[in-house]
Amino acid sequence: MMTAAVNHYFRSSIGRKHLVAITGLLLCGFLVGHLSGNLLLLVGPDAFNIYAHKLFSLGPVLYLIEAGLALVFLVHLYLAARLNIENRQARGQYTLKTRTGRGTTLMSASMPYTGAVLLIFIILHLLNLKFGTNYQTQVDGVQMRDIYRTTVEFFQSPVNVAWYVFAMACAGFHTAHGFSSAFQSLGLNFPKYYPKIKIISYLYAVTIAGGFAFLSIWCYLKGV
Amino acid sequence: MATTNNMTLNLKIWRQKDKTSEGKLVDYRVENVSPDMSFLEMIDVLNDQLVRKGEDTIAFDHDCREGICGMCSMMINGKAHGGFKNTTTCQVHMRLYKDGDTVVIEPFRAKAFPIVKDLTVDRSAIDKVMAAGGFITANTGNAPDANAMLIPKPVADEAMDAAACIGCGACVASCPNGSGMLFMGAKVSQLALLPQGQPESPKRALNMVYTHDTVGFGNCTTHAECEATCPKGISIEHIARMNREYLKAAFTYHEKNRSEGAG
Repeated sequence: MMTAAVNHYFRSSIGRKHLVAITGLLLCGFLVGHLSGNLLLLVGPDAFNIYAHKLFSLGPVLYLIEAGLALVFLVHLYLAARLNIENRQARGQYTLKTRTGRGTTLMSASMPYTGAVLLIFIILHLLNLKFGTNYQTQVDGVQMRDIYRTTVEFFQSPVNVAWYVFAMACAGFHTAHGFSSAFQSLGLNFPKYYPKIKIISYLYAVTIAGGFAFLSIWCYLKGV
Repeated sequence: MATTNNMTLNLKIWRQKDKTSEGKLVDYRVENVSPDMSFLEMIDVLNDQLVRKGEDTIAFDHDCREGICGMCSMMINGKAHGGFKNTTTCQVHMRLYKDGDTVVIEPFRAKAFPIVKDLTVDRSAIDKVMAAGGFITANTGNAPDANAMLIPKPVADEAMDAAACIGCGACVASCPNGSGMLFMGAKVSQLALLPQGQPESPKRALNMVYTHDTVGFGNCTTHAECEATCPKGISIEHIARMNREYLKAAFTYHEKNRSEGAG
């Protein structure tokens, strides 16, 4: 029966991998938007604050987007964790096992760990910045949150900068494997373009991780 | 013939009495190993020594010893089939090792592959996945005309690449997730590429994946360690094709009467 097939899909190894892949790619898309917005930090306090203010002014629409993002994140996290637990139980317990060197990479092997770092990172990131000190400022007579100040102040601590650079290195590792792997999981591996997807995957990882890490260092150097 | 080339090897071999007992690595020393021997012949020599001493021989799977049956297994120094490219254990020759080398030999391990004895594991999980859909329906009687069904050469080649799978389970043994995706991908992909496999195609993908998930295999996380270790060099592209086949089947397959026919 068709319903039986669809039901099994969402419980099967491949169906759940598809969901991890789709949610992962959506999160990759979110990061592009996030980094683009953050680049306004370089333009100046007003540009960044006005951008943030416009986002806040979306009101219910923003909440809807945030809820959607949270849902995507939770599905990704939950399924990846479940699959990881199953995989740990399914693997052989060897006395000695060495990699061929032609398959598993440091990036693919560290996926659950870099994922865990990112989970901690995201919680702290929201607490420190989104729910951080609420400074107020006025731009062209409009009262708005001075999120620029909250951000730059936060990065005055070298510890915070180091933590962010480390977390972004993890994000880079995670997406370098995850981005191309998502295409493989979704069945989009054709010799004609898969090598290109792999290159794009690395470029994406370096750009996103490098971009965010650069901004945190930039804030530190810029000062309040 | 000069015997100067012959080697002495120190082996650490996994000995386990049966499925339920605890196993451990046991040290053995094999002398007079010719570089021309295959890895399995070297174990034969050791077993011969054990028989002469009245000890229990080492159980290991083997059959054709020419790289096509898929019976030989063994993790040699931590790698399935010894980790040599496109090579099964029976095709590994002792000239690849040096005199005095220590070689660790363990069985193929995975939750889906319980140990039967020593280096022998129960790989019937693979057979169960195969029985769930790794077949086609064909007319019996006279052989059909060879060119009655036209298949483009590149497609036939790709199907043959997938058909090269001997079902040895090296992919499962080397997978950090104990997943059977490369094996299953090869079977689903091979039959999905060919016209003969079409009538059963959606049902095959659904049933094989369902069985794979229920007999103890893990999930794919695209390490591609399977592809690297496969003695037949099967590409993970076949896993991708299976993923497509499965997606298509899960959302479009409709069967009015599930009780009819095989599978």
